[in-house]
Amino acid sequence: MKMKQEETDFEVRSLDTMCVNESELVHPWWYNFKYAAVGVIFGIVFIKAEIISWFRIQEMFKLQSFHMYGVIGTAVVVGAISVFLIKKLKIKTVHGEEITFTNKKFNKGQIYGGLIFGLGWAITGACPGPLFAQLGSGALAIIVVIASAMAGTWVYGKFREQLPH
Amino acid sequence: MIETLTQPWPWYVAGAIIGLIVPTLLILGNKHFGISANLRHMCAACFPSNIPFFNYDWKKESWNLFFIGGILVGGIISTQYLSSPDPVIIHPDLAKELTQFGITDFSGLVPIQLFSFESLFTLRGLIMMVGGGFLVGFGTRYAGGCTSGHAIMGLSDLQWPSLVATISFMIGGFLMTNLILPYILAL
Repeated sequence: MKMKQEETDFEVRSLDTMCVNESELVHPWWYNFKYAAVGVIFGIVFIKAEIISWFRIQEMFKLQSFHMYGVIGTAVVVGAISVFLIKKLKIKTVHGEEITFTNKKFNKGQIYGGLIFGLGWAITGACPGPLFAQLGSGALAIIVVIASAMAGTWVYGKFREQLPH
Repeated sequence: MIETLTQPWPWYVAGAIIGLIVPTLLILGNKHFGISANLRHMCAACFPSNIPFFNYDWKKESWNLFFIGGILVGGIISTQYLSSPDPVIIHPDLAKELTQFGITDFSGLVPIQLFSFESLFTLRGLIMMVGGGFLVGFGTRYAGGCTSGHAIMGLSDLQWPSLVATISFMIGGFLMTNLILPYILAL
């Protein structure tokens, strides 16, 4: 049973955005607050740079504004330089563990799923991160969008064996 | 200082900070930047229903849930203490087009005339909130990531499948905004 699960689940812990290697170190649960702190900064940037604005997303897809292209482009450049330096200098984590990277494997889901997400992104004006910042900004009705996104993920999980990958 | 912070932040500041989240998470604990997997963890925690895709130890990924919890708190802090009194500036062509569809309130980041509990009881609101949310959840998991996991983390690590995914996101978005959304907004 365990074996079967590993075969079908080609995404988990390798292709997905989850942490790929399991840490040998066991930390108390409250260590996770450091990630919450990073999230707080991310949430503030989302709002202050209007990344969570439905209007900014429409302007992006109508080529009426450079803003979102600038944000994502700068983030990729800064991220790429950082990843390059981490690899080059073999930088370790604050706990002295090695930082690891896993190559993503191509599957057709990146095209089909990508197109489907793109359609949803332009309707809601939000990708998953901004949905939570929108909720925090007081747009309480966004809880419905988040619940529906959970339902979408659940339906994908239910029918993934039948979908082309 | 506080004056500068309450103004809308330029793209290069926001982009640089978001870019720096990538190494910060890696250095704090070898975590790969990503958000949409949280929707999966939430399903795994609440409704695993014997589906193999949701039967894994989601608690091991709880850092990611703390991360989005932080985003939510960041949204609250920013709105309560750092918000700008000026209205959001919108491209005049977009404002003109939206006015045709009866969307005239540009005061918030989220258009209240489209995304509210009242709007949920209209066909347009139902399609946009429930339908749109569903496509986001289904599509991101099918693609194996969202703007964070693919467009930022994946491209930073020069993963070509992430480039394929990112291009697909953009094509989907262009199709929706320019060809399909006008029909939905007209409902």
